[in-house]
Formats: sequence, structure tokens, C-alpha cells
Amino acid sequence: MNRDDLIDFVYDEAAMLDDMRWEDWTKLFAEDGRYWMPLEWQQEDPILQPSLMYEDLLLLTVRVERLTGERTFSQKPKSRSHHLMERPRILSMGEEDGIYRMRTSFLYTETRGDLLERYSGWIGHQLVEVDGALKIKQKRIDLINFDAPFSNIQLFI
Amino acid sequence: MDRYRGNPQAIADLVKGYAVHRDTYVDQEVFDLEMEQLFPNCWVYIGHESQIKNSGDFITSKIGHQPVLASRHRDGQVYVMHNRCPHKGVKIASEPCGNTGKFFRCPYHAWSFKTDGSLLAIPLNKGYEGTGFDADRAAQGLPRIENVKIYRGLIFVRLAEKGLSFEEYFGESLTTIDNMADRSPEGELEVLSAPIRYMHSCNWKMLVDNQTDTCHPMVAHESSAGTAVNVWERAKKANPDLETPMAVQLYAPFMAPYEFYEGAGIRVWPNGHGHSGVTGSIHQDYEDVDGYLGRMEDAYGKKRAHEILGDVRHNTNYFPNIMVKGPVGILRNFIPLAVDKTLVESWVFRWKGAPDKLYERGLMYNRFINAPTSIVGHDDLEMYERAQEGLLSDGNEWINLHRLWEEDEAEDTTEVVNGTSERQMRNQFYAWRKFMIQNMENTVEAAE
Ligand code: FES
Ligand SMILES: [Fe+2]
Repeated sequence: MNRDDLIDFVYDEAAMLDDMRWEDWTKLFAEDGRYWMPLEWQQEDPILQPSLMYEDLLLLTVRVERLTGERTFSQKPKSRSHHLMERPRILSMGEEDGIYRMRTSFLYTETRGDLLERYSGWIGHQLVEVDGALKIKQKRIDLINFDAPFSNIQLFI
Repeated sequence: MDRYRGNPQAIADLVKGYAVHRDTYVDQEVFDLEMEQLFPNCWVYIGHESQIKNSGDFITSKIGHQPVLASRHRDGQVYVMHNRCPHKGVKIASEPCGNTGKFFRCPYHAWSFKTDGSLLAIPLNKGYEGTGFDADRAAQGLPRIENVKIYRGLIFVRLAEKGLSFEEYFGESLTTIDNMADRSPEGELEVLSAPIRYMHSCNWKMLVDNQTDTCHPMVAHESSAGTAVNVWERAKKANPDLETPMAVQLYAPFMAPYEFYEGAGIRVWPNGHGHSGVTGSIHQDYEDVDGYLGRMEDAYGKKRAHEILGDVRHNTNYFPNIMVKGPVGILRNFIPLAVDKTLVESWVFRWKGAPDKLYERGLMYNRFINAPTSIVGHDDLEMYERAQEGLLSDGNEWINLHRLWEEDEAEDTTEVVNGTSERQMRNQFYAWRKFMIQNMENTVEAAE
């Protein structure tokens, strides 16, 4: 993998979310992949410190199926999302442990009905190669105001 | 126009038992009176003692609209004060928690106060000589709140000078807090981190009502818990050796059928307190955590340990605005901000001396159910917000609470009823009426 492959992956992943291709999106995760939204500044532990989300593929699949469910009333009307992202900074090419690490500054918008909310922060990607393809080992979302009281965040940053 | 202010009868008329008038949820004047009357008349939760362990530690909170401050003084005592400078009213502490050292210093003109609230010093003090300042209430420092009770580490405050004592107010309902604390082999709870905060565009009582609303999970949460069950069953079919993960153990019971909730029961207590899950609950079948039972038996003896862990109460509402969930160690605080705006702060306690796995479970439960990112939360909030809007219809001004209502239903009593009853919601409204007009009646009598 070269630097362009990594950068393309980050943008393509976001585009998949904004196109609401969530099932395809879950396929980007490695089998033991995690989606993590910490609730503390520079948080280190997702298990014994509180998080907004810390989900494996099973839980992400539940979310994705729920979003299109017949009786998912919080999606009537449906939400839409938009990712605006700075060029990812490549922190590691995986020389030591085989994990590519990137950090990407973002401005995320989620809208539903007449409401529109904006969130900003950093996305941390940890990617690994599985059968020649990049997969997400961990996607970490650090909001600048993680400690503020939000209303519903229903889609994926 | 003052329809309700100074008019206890008009307020009482809002509560019929089997129905309550929508003004309790949508009327600005009623909300103002809740802030001015109801909250000060009740014992309100402001925080946990473990958040202010060392001298100089403080937390801030609100009772109704009023900012308060609790701090640990040199003498080891917790003092609760109004969080406003006696000079110009500036809030002395602006953060949720912190350590102020030996004294509080107002950032505006540097008046300083000991951590028990008393005035320490004023710069250029000679400007007050001979002005009569010493006799002014400002000279006393931060106004102290006298009615404070710390129970198993939980700090409760009653702002009104007169009212029910802590013991009269809570009575037997304290058994839920006892059970939650007893689940620690050391009998102690601690707060290790900030709560999950979640903003709701609805009246605070919608959240309170929901806590004992046992006819909604299998309907409103079909989308979240129901999908979790489906996805899990599919995974299990593909791989029968899989063990049920903690996540599925937490989600799946939400889909329990009506009969389960009917049998589990609801208990009401005087003054608006009550709980669901008397003989069983959605928390009853979690997997044992390695080493925990042993520690509990060592601490309490076999019989008592099993008694404590066998009491799996679901949601206990402490009137007016907190809910305690003993078996997962969660406390939710429904903080009213406006008639249609409520901040929900959900705390997880760690049980001192218990394995980490239990704390992990509490934290997981909290982010699954109580977070702005939780799918169960999305289901609920959607219902509250639709209700807040729907209630503006003049087609029907009443909210129906008829389920298992009986003529001459007793108020201020202890009773166990069918677990799908709306009895606890009615119970809360009987208390609501009582504490809304308590001091109003005093004022009316005094004027006569
Ligand atoms: S307002 Fe506090 S010192 Fe003046
Ligand atoms: Fe619910």
C-alpha cells in the first residue's frame, strides 16, 4: 500500500457513509474491527472509561439493519449525513506492527427533517491489510466537545 | 395571565388520577411554578460524595433554576451553598467539579470564602468600615443550605426551609439505594467519571413517566432490541458455538412480552416514589461475573449476599427527577431546562471491591441505552418529541393514565400492583400536585 491508497480509503469510506451504502461500509471492517467514540479527552481505555460508542461488527450490523427497519420511527423521516474532511495525515505506514495509522480533521453534518446539527473533531483510522485489501481495525472519532449534551446522533461520523 | 400562580385549586384540577391535563407538560406558567415551588419543596439529588473526597473538592448543580455548590471543608464535612457571590451574584464555581484549594475566590472583585461558605476576606476592606456592612446578609458569605442529607454517599438537598424530613420524604423507597450500595462488597459506591449527557426536546416528566412504562419496550424498541435479537440469532445459527455476548444479554430482555412485565410487578411508595421489577426484571439473567459472588459471600455471608443479588429491581423513580437502576449501578438525572427541554445526565457507579467486569457492564449499559448515540435512546426520544408536539392539539387536552386504574385509588400509600399498571405514573402526579401547592397553600393561609 502506498500513501495514496491510504488517503483514498479514508475519503472513499466517508463517501460510502454519505451515500448511505451502510452494508458495504460494514464490509470495510476487519473481523475484529471496532468503531469507537470516546467520551474523554485523549481517552485510552474504551472498556473501563465511558464512551459514546464502542462497537464491534455485530453491533454495527444491528445499527445498519435498524436504520432501514419498517418500525424504526426515529428514521421517519430519514437522516442524511455529510463529511467534510481535511487531507488525512499519515502517522504510520505500519513498519512496526502492520497497522497503518491516519488522523483526519473533519466537519460532520447530520440532518433530519428541519433540523441540522454539526460536529467537528478528528477521525483516527487504524487500517490493516487482509487478503490484499485495506480493512478497518479501528475507527476512532474524537469530538472536540465530547462532553457536551447532544441530541440524537443516528448515523455514523 | 396568572392562571395557576396563587391558585392551588387550578393546579390540583390538572390531576384527575386516571388522566392529567396537558398543561403539566406544555404550559410555561406551570413549568415556572415547578421551578419555584415543586423542586424547592422536594429532596433533590445533587451529586455523590465520592466526587468530593478531599478538602477543597467541589461540585456544582442546580435545583430547579437555582445554581448550588457542594464542597468538602477542612473539617471533613460537606457543605452545600447557593452558588452566587453575595456581592454582585457572580457564580463562584463554574465548572461541574474541581478543587478550589483552601478557599473560593470570586473572579470579579476577589471576595473570598472558606469552603464552608463563610466570608474570608474582601480586598480594600476599609471601604466597608462604618457602612453597616457587618449586619448585611452579604457579610455571611455564600448563603448556606441547611437541609442536606447524605445517604449511602448520595447527596440530597431540600431548598425550602419547611417541609418533610428526609426520612419522611423517602421512607421505604431508600431500600433501592441500599440495594445498589450493598452490591459493593464494601458497601460503597464511587463515581469515577463524567456522566453521559443527552439533550431532550421534551418536558422532564416524559422521561420520568417512561421509567415505569412497561408497555412500551416491546413496541418502541422493536427497532433496536428486536433487531439486535434478530442479528444475534442469525449469527448463532451460522455458528452455534458462539456464547451470548454481554451486549446481547443487555439488549435482548427489552423484547420480553407483556406477561413478563405484568408478573414482575410495580411497587408504589408515598411521595411519588416507586419502581418496576418487584419479583424479577430485565436485569435478572445476566451472566455471573467471575469472583464476584465469592467476594459478596465473604463480605455479607451466604444468605445475605444472595438476598442482595436476588433483588433485581428494574427502575426506581425517586420523585421528582432521578431514577436508580440498582443491578447495573446507574443513576439518571432528568434536569429540567425549559418546559420543552430536558438535560439527561446518566451516571455509572463503580462498586468498591467488585470485579472490573461489573463496571464494564454498567458502562456498556449506559452507552447502549442512555447516550445520544444509543439506538434505544433514539427510539424513546422520538416518542417524547412527538408527544411534546402532539400535546399542542386542542382536540384533547388530557393525557390518559387509565391502565389498571380503580375508583378511590389510594394516594401516599405502599402497594404492589400488576407490572403493566400506570399506577406509578399516577403516583408521581399525586405527589406532583402535593408538592406544587405545599407552600402555595401556606401563603394562601397566611394571607387569610
Ligand atoms: S461579584 Fe463577587 S466579588 Fe464582586
Ligand atoms: Fe424506552
